[in-house]
Amino acid sequence: MSLRTPLGKVLGRGAAGEGVSHWWMQRVTAVALLPLTAWFAISLLMHSLQSYEVMRGWLGQPYVAVLTILLVITLAVHSKLGVEVVLEDYVHGKGVKTALLLLSTFVHLAAAVAAVFAILVLALQ
Amino acid sequence: MISRPLSPHLGVYKFIYTMALSILHRITGLAATLGFLAFTWWLLALATGADSYARAMHLLSTPIAKLLLVGFTFSFVYHFCNGIRHLVWDTGRGLERAQARLSGRIVVVAAVLLTALVIWLGCAAMAAGIAPGAAP
Repeated sequence: MSLRTPLGKVLGRGAAGEGVSHWWMQRVTAVALLPLTAWFAISLLMHSLQSYEVMRGWLGQPYVAVLTILLVITLAVHSKLGVEVVLEDYVHGKGVKTALLLLSTFVHLAAAVAAVFAILVLALQ
Repeated sequence: MISRPLSPHLGVYKFIYTMALSILHRITGLAATLGFLAFTWWLLALATGADSYARAMHLLSTPIAKLLLVGFTFSFVYHFCNGIRHLVWDTGRGLERAQARLSGRIVVVAAVLLTALVIWLGCAAMAAGIAPGAAP
């Protein structure tokens, strides 16, 4: 016999109120990151890393800038979700856990905005 | 705070290497998060200008930074390979003990080989700009 209400079953959101969305987004971003990271690493290492002009010219191209922005946003979301799972599993003090989760959220958002801004500067300036 | 034992229960199982691979997935994921922050710093240095990019690349050329880059590379490549293993598991395949142990070995071998390949390509890409006659 299930103790869950019919409405609860239909909504499927569970105790945390967000259903499987955390788990699912981790997989969605993981699948997206496979081609994005592979493309970025291979393309990056085909260029001369020491040369400012070469790096600027490469990252400033529209298609490279767009794919790198996609990479940065997907990476930030995937990283944020992963760090959350680790914090929730291993940090047991409620105050410390909440503080670290907040810190992680802020750092990930700030890093994503900074990285996207840097790419836009390279592409548009 | 709840005083009953909370998951994950790490001390109740006999240790086998697939457990080490599992915890390594989390450790390398956390390392990749630091790598993402470093990558953001690198992008900002590039966007700031030629001088700041030169300083960033100078910093990345120090022995400690090179050691860290090798560590980040392995972390990232391992997390990438083991992530594929996790995605296959999510489809319900490869969950038998023998299969999971075999795929674990494949992931470690693939990660080591891919890390070596990336480091080799990275060394070539780093050396390309400092060849005689190239732009400083």
